[in-house]
Amino acid sequence: MYELFKNLGSWLTSGAQWSGSDGIAHRLAEHLQYSLLATLVAAAIGLPLGLLIGHTGKGAFLAINLASFGRALPTVGLVVLVFLAGGLSMLPVYVALVALAVPAIVTNTYAGMTAVDAGVKDAARGQGMRGHQVLFQVELPLALPLIMTGLRLALIQVVATATIAAYVSFGGLGRYVFDGLAQRDLVQVLGGAVLVAVVAVVLDVLLSTLQRFLFRHRTA
Amino acid sequence: MIQFDAVHKRFPNGTTAVHDLTLNMAEGGVTVLVGSSGCGKTTTLRMINRMVEPTSGTIRVGGKDVTRQDAAELRRSIGYVIQQAGLFPHRTVLDNIATVPLLLGHGRRKARARAAELLETVGLTAEAGKRYPHQLSGGQQQRVGVARALAADPPVLLMDEPFGAVDPVVRAQLQDELLRLQRELSKTIVFVTHDIDEAVRLGDRIAIFRTGGHLVQCASPTELLARPADDFVADFLGAERGLKLLSLKTLAAVPQGPAPEGGPWDLVLDAANKPLHWASGDAELPVRPLKDDDSLLSALNESIASPTGLIARVDADGVLTGVSSRDDIHQHAGQAHTEARVAA
Repeated sequence: MYELFKNLGSWLTSGAQWSGSDGIAHRLAEHLQYSLLATLVAAAIGLPLGLLIGHTGKGAFLAINLASFGRALPTVGLVVLVFLAGGLSMLPVYVALVALAVPAIVTNTYAGMTAVDAGVKDAARGQGMRGHQVLFQVELPLALPLIMTGLRLALIQVVATATIAAYVSFGGLGRYVFDGLAQRDLVQVLGGAVLVAVVAVVLDVLLSTLQRFLFRHRTA
Repeated sequence: MIQFDAVHKRFPNGTTAVHDLTLNMAEGGVTVLVGSSGCGKTTTLRMINRMVEPTSGTIRVGGKDVTRQDAAELRRSIGYVIQQAGLFPHRTVLDNIATVPLLLGHGRRKARARAAELLETVGLTAEAGKRYPHQLSGGQQQRVGVARALAADPPVLLMDEPFGAVDPVVRAQLQDELLRLQRELSKTIVFVTHDIDEAVRLGDRIAIFRTGGHLVQCASPTELLARPADDFVADFLGAERGLKLLSLKTLAAVPQGPAPEGGPWDLVLDAANKPLHWASGDAELPVRPLKDDDSLLSALNESIASPTGLIARVDADGVLTGVSSRDDIHQHAGQAHTEARVAA
């Protein structure tokens, strides 16, 4: 056991392991690129949907059920399915990651919108704001903390799941996990897993700190 | 100024909120809508700025049918104050007040200048303008709510239980402030409350609603208290409605005479002739001097509390002008009642 951790330690810290196109730095950049792009696309789909449902109150059942749908979704199965249908490209990976991220964004955006005080919305309308003004000047800013929570959760989930890119021969930190498994190199598998976990935790901490800073004037 | 003509409101679930309402609200007056919950008073108010659409009938503000105007523009021309104030928690107090001028496209600088002016009008410091709503007390938030409603200087002000969520002491202050503001601004105010004392205090006219959305009686506070239209109104006004009527009459007409000397209790004055207390030997009892514009109700109360049955009358500076007896106050109270009940 001690030997394993010692080897893991030297694997993670050796300069050679960090450089080159197969190095950790490069894989890390790939991993972040997949994750950010997938989350961005998911946000482009999920945010308008969540805002629309929250603002109109129509389709609330969709927003609520999407959460359990997201939990039940077999990500690897989806990758394989899109891969079989569309051939080998990054597309299956992105489809799966976006499908994973959208529910967290929609449900949290919707939750943020419904949490806006009814009296505040009534006052906004009563002062003479039009629908879009109520949405963008009152509801959206007030729902922002929960919307950001949704984006953060989605990103963390995507980072943790983006290892599947390696499953269909692409890069990212999943490379170490799948290559290590194939080569029966336990140190490499562990190294990849630890890196993914560290990236997820660091992003989570950074983003929650940013959230706390941005909304430091809010009460609740 | 505001006319309801055969207005009906039935909600999609089948309940009738307002039943065949025909009512005129005079320009520059305070019309208070009262009744127990579910009587349609709030729905009536919300139909004026189209927060609720009538099922049938017409509502006119300044002669114009509200349903023929753009709803958002109509609302910008009518002040709107609600319970709990409904301030925007993410905007500073100043920006909250500037809401409507900004919506009207007045420009940020001009809107903020107007907001700063209103902060003073409603009795808040300039410093409060930089704060966020949650940093203010409930009473201060409500003042900001009133300032926000006044920002575009609308002729009509709708107030939906604006003081319902603050404690009685602050509520009395806010009521006084509203009366002071109204003397300066002469807005047409529609005010919803379930508190009959608040209605009597603030209203020029009071409209009483019964469950099912029926308007039972609309009259001046004096007329309402003296001649309630039916048992429902009489019950709603409460057992002390005779005393409430006295709260509307002033003490001015009650005769006064010089303070008696040599009785068991003497009225002690200071060097400037201002009443200090009642004294008998070593015993002292407090005195609450009353001015001419104080109510007959407070005079009655003071005459009961006074050890001699006399009340001390003072001028605007607090200097003693004379005393009035319990009997004189009683006689005037009775007279005021009879007059109010006989008046056509």
